[in-house]
Amino acid sequence: MSVSSEQKVEHAVPEGHAPHAAAERAGGTSWWKDEAQEPLRRNLGLVGVLLALFAIGAYIRPDLYSNADWVVNNIMVILTQAAAIGVVTVGMTFVIIGGGIDLSVGALIALSGVWATTLATQSFGTAGMIFTAIAVGIGAGLVNGALVAYGRLVPFIATLAMLVAARGLAAQISGKQTQISTDQIINSLATTRWFGIPLLAIILFVVAGLGWVLLNRTTFGRRTVAIGGNAEAARLAGINVRGHTMLLYALSGLCCGIAAIMLTSLATSSQAAAAELYELDAIAAAIIGGTLLSGGRGTIVGSLFGVIVFSAITNLFAIANLPTEVQNMVKGAIIVVAVLLQQVRFSSVTQFARRHGLTRAKPQA
Amino acid sequence: MSEQPATTAEAATGEVVLRLSGVVKTFPGVRALDGVELEVRAGEVHCLLGQNGAGKSTLIKVLAGVHRPDEGDVQWLGEQVAFSGPQAAMKAGIATIYQELDLVDYLSVAENIYLGHEPRSLGFVHKGQAARQARELLGRLGHGEIPPHRLVKSLPAAGKQIVSMARALSHSAKLIIMDEPSAVLAHDEVGNLFRIIRELTAQGIAVVYISHRLEEIREIGDRVTVLKDGRTSAVNLPARTTPTRDLVSRMTGRSIEYVFPPRPDTEPGEKLLEVRGLGRSGEFAGVDLDVRSGEIVGIAGLVGSGRSELLETVFGARVAEAGTVVMDGRRLPPGNVAAAVRAGLGMAPEERKSQALLLGQPIYRNMTLTNFSSYATAGFTDTGKEQAEAMKVANQLELRPRDVRRAVRTLSGGNQQKVVVGRWLLGGTRLLLLDEPTRGVDVGARAELYQVIRDLAANGVGVLLVSSEVPEVLGLSDRVLVMREGRVVRTAPASELSEEDVLDLVMAGSLTAATTEEVAA
Repeated sequence: MSVSSEQKVEHAVPEGHAPHAAAERAGGTSWWKDEAQEPLRRNLGLVGVLLALFAIGAYIRPDLYSNADWVVNNIMVILTQAAAIGVVTVGMTFVIIGGGIDLSVGALIALSGVWATTLATQSFGTAGMIFTAIAVGIGAGLVNGALVAYGRLVPFIATLAMLVAARGLAAQISGKQTQISTDQIINSLATTRWFGIPLLAIILFVVAGLGWVLLNRTTFGRRTVAIGGNAEAARLAGINVRGHTMLLYALSGLCCGIAAIMLTSLATSSQAAAAELYELDAIAAAIIGGTLLSGGRGTIVGSLFGVIVFSAITNLFAIANLPTEVQNMVKGAIIVVAVLLQQVRFSSVTQFARRHGLTRAKPQA
Repeated sequence: MSEQPATTAEAATGEVVLRLSGVVKTFPGVRALDGVELEVRAGEVHCLLGQNGAGKSTLIKVLAGVHRPDEGDVQWLGEQVAFSGPQAAMKAGIATIYQELDLVDYLSVAENIYLGHEPRSLGFVHKGQAARQARELLGRLGHGEIPPHRLVKSLPAAGKQIVSMARALSHSAKLIIMDEPSAVLAHDEVGNLFRIIRELTAQGIAVVYISHRLEEIREIGDRVTVLKDGRTSAVNLPARTTPTRDLVSRMTGRSIEYVFPPRPDTEPGEKLLEVRGLGRSGEFAGVDLDVRSGEIVGIAGLVGSGRSELLETVFGARVAEAGTVVMDGRRLPPGNVAAAVRAGLGMAPEERKSQALLLGQPIYRNMTLTNFSSYATAGFTDTGKEQAEAMKVANQLELRPRDVRRAVRTLSGGNQQKVVVGRWLLGGTRLLLLDEPTRGVDVGARAELYQVIRDLAANGVGVLLVSSEVPEVLGLSDRVLVMREGRVVRTAPASELSEEDVLDLVMAGSLTAATTEEVAA
């Protein structure tokens, strides 16, 4: 037995690389199977979902959808509604790709918003309010980061504690009252349009654009992907994992500060109960956008599409005059379907079978 | 390589419970099992012997139902079987006690023993009955003193092992596989383990026993099957009477994988690394070593001898509790990897996939993981430059495939290791720490890796190498340190040591150490 199989080894494993690798190289890889093209496939899928939502809307309300002006305006409404949650999702995407999670974003928006709209802060004018919101967001994010990186708390726990504490502090500061913003510049942000596009949507696209550059073109982005992909490997390669983790949560906090200004502008006020459950919407949007919850993989564009899909669903339900209960059920179903699709596509069918014990198992390290 | 397995006609008394023939198990790039024969009889202790990477772990997992063989027959109690999973193997009567015991820390002893098959009715667990039966099983193992209600977490390693065995008995196992059970035990506990094994075999239970320690195999074993490169190089040797020389040569026997590049005649250069009195409690102590430019220093030792921990401590991945690490005359701060990297150290860790690689990322990004910042301008990465630089290294190391944008996941073990080494080449590392550089690397690629390592040294890089394969340490290194139980027991030029010398130093371990301890006490 041991004699005859020797030659087989030489043939089966030429030069020591996996046979399928050679086959792939020779034949080229189809784009719908190539793992590297996964984000593209996903984004095309999400565009398909948006088109489908549009088609459903057109079917339910042909009277509205036949009016081009109304359609364009409705798209702007969708984008405006997506703006604040979209900015938060960009930060969340970084945190998740870096191997963490930030449950405190909704609470940090409330805290930043309330802190920025106290009478004392408002007396410093527009710049003072914006500075306060952003500084509070970054500061709280740094606390999150310190708890995770140096306090060795699990991100889920650290940011859950921050969620509870930040809501408490926001209620304390505001005395549980709604704080009216009297700053005309901030209040007008939500109604301003540049070239027909709402300013809030422009801010979202600028933040997402910067996020894309940061993730894909900078050493910061590279570190994020490395740490989320394999923290131990990153550490043993000499990367300062803890310091970078701090920065990731600070970035998420920064996005919360920006979102707080946007929400304050939309409501012309702030309150401790603002942005409730934003954390879940942001996580869900990132996930259906293709970000792996385990870290190391994700795209800003996917997250952006994820947010817009959610916003479009909300919009469609409003147009069709359906209750929000049904809307939430649909959103839940979409999250499940998106993740199921990810599992099937991300790993090829053979790997899927392997995981379920239908074929041979993976090698052990 | 192509010799027939040696067989002896020693009659083992019990009937054959397990028979494997021609078992083959292939993983991408590696043929882990390549025609394995095994025959286990009721009531015997059948020892599996083999170096690291010989296929012992894979074989255990095949027996335990974790892996399914690609080819070959597995006969259990006279019938051909293909277990669908670990549960099926357990039900059929094969229990496995892994080195890392698979117990639930925060459940009680009784709950662990009956995990998954609790005595119950209508969905309610009979706690009292479970505790009573657990006590009975523990008693059978001579450990009635372990309280069934105690949390497993609070038990010492030996106690946990007993619980694992009780669990095996609770499944009325007819075959118990023990993967290096003595590795976690102190010497007197090993004696107790052997007593239990003897009682089990007296009840007709077969035991497959895996250990590196020849002395243990002599003491407890009935028959020995030797694995080498995924094949059985000897079956059913008598455990007590086969000469050590024979066993060792069956384990090691020259083969294609040990083609080492010649040592250069030149003297090594200036001293790069100086380690003095390095220690971490419970791992290793008082280690002194030097590595010069262009020199390859090898550390031989068993798993648990402290060799990997030593390497990681030198690199700063573990915090040194005692002693100093000096590179180029400057002391490195303990526990600071980034500082070590800046000082010119690099490490290829033992667990390539979990400790070194971003598997889903392209080759070039893995290669530039330590120094991508140096190609960046004002924080903006230059992937074109990175790919070009990575390509140079890929050419130098003869990486296959030569496409650096391909995901590392798709590479074979040997080429993955080249990526890790290439990373440090790019980073300008002058002292490379290699932990098990050829683990999971197949035959042809090994020779290439050896050449790569020797070429590095020829270019003035100092190499500190750890391997559990003695021929590798001897063949590749200029100087060899032998470690046993956390201490360096011998330092010598590689040319002055034979494989038998080193194996003797490394394996005789438990017995000699125990004797001296007893004398001291």
